[in-house]
Amino acid sequence: MNVASLADKSIVTRADFFAPSLGKRLAYVAVFVYLVYAAATLGLSLDRIEKGVGYGVRFLAGFFPPNFTETDIIPGLLESLQIAFLSSLIGTALAIPIAVLAARNLMPVWVSWLARLLIIFCRSFHPVIVAIIAVKAVGFGALAGIIALTFASIGFVGKLLSEAIEEISKKQIEAVRATGASFMNVIAYGVVPQVMNRFIGFVAYETDSNLRNSTMVGVVGAGGIGGTLFSAFQRFDYNFVAGIILCIIGLVMIGEVLQIYVKRVFR
Amino acid sequence: MSTLSIKHLVKEYVPGKPVLKDISLDIEGRGITAIIGPSGTGKSTLIRCVNRLINPTAGEILFEGQDLAKLSGQPLREARRRIGMVFQEYNLVERLTVMENVLSGRLGYMNAWAAWRRKFDEADIQKAFALLKRVGLADFANRRADELSGGQRQRVGIARAVMQSPGLLLADEPTSSLDPKTSVEIMEVMRDLAAENNIPVMINIHQVDLGKRFAQRVIGMSGGLVVYDGTPDGLDSDILKKIYGGQDWLAT
Amino acid sequence: MTSASLEMQRWIRFTPLQRLARFAVFFVMAAAVAWALKTIEIIPEFLYDAPEQVVDMGSRMWPIDWEHFWPAVWPALVETMHMSAMATILGLMMGIPVGFLAAGNATPFLWVNLIAKFILVATRSISTLIWALFFVAMFGPGPLAGALAIAFHSIGFIGKMFSEAVEESNRGSIEALQAAGATRMQQIIMGYWPQVLPTFWSVALFRWDINVRESAVLGLVGAGGIGMALNAAIDLIQWQRVALILLTIFIVVILIETIVTQIRKKVI
Ligand SMILES: Nc1ncnc2c1ncn2[C@@H]1O[C@H](COP(=O)(O)OP(=O)(O)OP(=O)(O)O)[C@@H](O)[C@H]1O
Ligand SMILES: [Mg+2]
Repeated sequence: MNVASLADKSIVTRADFFAPSLGKRLAYVAVFVYLVYAAATLGLSLDRIEKGVGYGVRFLAGFFPPNFTETDIIPGLLESLQIAFLSSLIGTALAIPIAVLAARNLMPVWVSWLARLLIIFCRSFHPVIVAIIAVKAVGFGALAGIIALTFASIGFVGKLLSEAIEEISKKQIEAVRATGASFMNVIAYGVVPQVMNRFIGFVAYETDSNLRNSTMVGVVGAGGIGGTLFSAFQRFDYNFVAGIILCIIGLVMIGEVLQIYVKRVFR
Repeated sequence: MSTLSIKHLVKEYVPGKPVLKDISLDIEGRGITAIIGPSGTGKSTLIRCVNRLINPTAGEILFEGQDLAKLSGQPLREARRRIGMVFQEYNLVERLTVMENVLSGRLGYMNAWAAWRRKFDEADIQKAFALLKRVGLADFANRRADELSGGQRQRVGIARAVMQSPGLLLADEPTSSLDPKTSVEIMEVMRDLAAENNIPVMINIHQVDLGKRFAQRVIGMSGGLVVYDGTPDGLDSDILKKIYGGQDWLAT
Repeated sequence: MTSASLEMQRWIRFTPLQRLARFAVFFVMAAAVAWALKTIEIIPEFLYDAPEQVVDMGSRMWPIDWEHFWPAVWPALVETMHMSAMATILGLMMGIPVGFLAAGNATPFLWVNLIAKFILVATRSISTLIWALFFVAMFGPGPLAGALAIAFHSIGFIGKMFSEAVEESNRGSIEALQAAGATRMQQIIMGYWPQVLPTFWSVALFRWDINVRESAVLGLVGAGGIGMALNAAIDLIQWQRVALILLTIFIVVILIETIVTQIRKKVI
């Protein structure tokens, strides 16, 4: 902030000066009051925190040493991987055409609205909620997990990809169209090169997120390591819980490293 | 028979307010036809109507025995293959290589699967190399289009248009984003390539001197109408006044 | 010159190395999917049965039990909103410092960066439901456990976004501060913070939007909010109530997304 701008401000009348910042300040106060109120509804009390922290310390102590030796840890992890791979693949495969249909710069209004509605629907429900419904529909097991995460993938990739398509340069498309290229060729040469990088980013993030969520849907019976983790928790077998959690973290980290490599290859 | 024959062309973006009011033109043989006129008079609209990036409201556009104004779908795409277009802002696909951009001139002749896998005809690839060499970019084949300068990009744009083996070349202010020297070079490349390949050129241009220098025929537009159609030599200050209006600007 | 121009030129889009790398990626992906398809345990009968089950479920959801809204769903919804707001604030409070610690330019100690990065991956890898299991065990069932669960899970995302923004920030203004003898804390507050402020707003809004969705499921493990109502309705096989709750979630999520988009347009 330099002297000139300060001097400028001093000429402004008091009313002008206070009007905008007063509203802003009121907004801050309102947010603050709300937060205090919301915190109060959570039932926070010193006594509770003290007890909780005590339990927490006991918990952490119970984690050591982590137990990796149980036999059902590997099958569980593998099933999570299966769920993650298949849901990412199916979800992305379905998301691509839906995203193209949802892009307002490529499609008539009514088509894009229908596709967007589908995307919004897929995005609105947390994978675990979809998993609950899927378990009711197809029974316990990995299939329910795949269905749940496929829904989530369609929502996520579909939304971001359709937005990316809507942001591309119209001029480049126009030039390809002017060569007499068919719709599919316009997509291949006008649209795909412009969105490819971002698309790879979305799919990488999606796979990462599916990997993490595939360890969770098991809690409601939709397959993967989550079920094992949940039952270990209920048995108070905290060493095993710690083992599973460390394995999950390891898996996600490996995924993250692979992601960097894949992004570099396709840059 | 003329190559391109525009008859009573009308274009209204907003109903009742025509931008092009009854344009009739014949482009014959080869050589460059320059279209000049003030900003907003509908030059781009006219050129874009020809390859139907814009749909005309009324009139005929006869090209190679067909009325382009009536085409749609596959026949329209087939007609577009025969019309090359050079854009003011080059409109290269920036993330593709120079070679891919040039070869994309062949997309109208390929199915999607072959296009996707970059399975271009060997003959097309050789032609693309020759064209790149011709426009002075022999060493740039594998560079990405967004690494090029404006002048280089426009050369690629011209190569892409010629790659289509067009029967007509359209250019919408191909030099407006370039410096004066590069502009002349680009005009030369376009003139020579068009002459070598026997392609008539229809070009929108703001620099009257460039238009006079390279064109064999100049069409002056004003208010959506053709107000001058003749040789470059005939463009005297009276006519320029008629096209652009006023006269103060002529003094400088 | 002339002989070269007569020679056929070859056009290859990718160098052999690039092609090999691409092939490797595709091969590994295909192999992973093939393995998953081959070994996954899916009972085909269940799959064939699915459409029927879905139709059956749909029919049992109708008519929607509107009566249930004010006595049960509304209070749960309010709790969910409080939970997600608190969780977002807490998540920002914990995630931003970790993000600064993970950024190599703001914190030039490699081991600190690595530890911070590990925290980011770890908090993100442990899903909200699992965090919720912990906090329910620690603090008992209720929204407190839920808010903490979401907050801890958010650390990873928020911190990652921040460390990326910090690493991309302009060095010039930081160097100016260093030259003026600013402490590390002053550099962060006066040099980096103004530069990552836009990130702050967009991350806060984006994460709040996600957290509302997240908080809708925590009730399943007893961590409060509308998920509790959902869980109860499912356990009691009251499909008409389940439908009401799902519809409520749907509408709320759309509303919030609209609000977030509007604010984003104004603020950023
Ligand atoms: N897509 C469109 N929708 C509505 N009006 C348009 C559209 N494109 C152009 N116009 C209008 O049509 C008129 C002619 O535009 P056009 O671009 O053809 O002019 P131009 O002669 O090429 O101008 P310039 O020399 O500046 O390029 C202008 O008044 C413009 O505002
Ligand atoms: Mg124009």
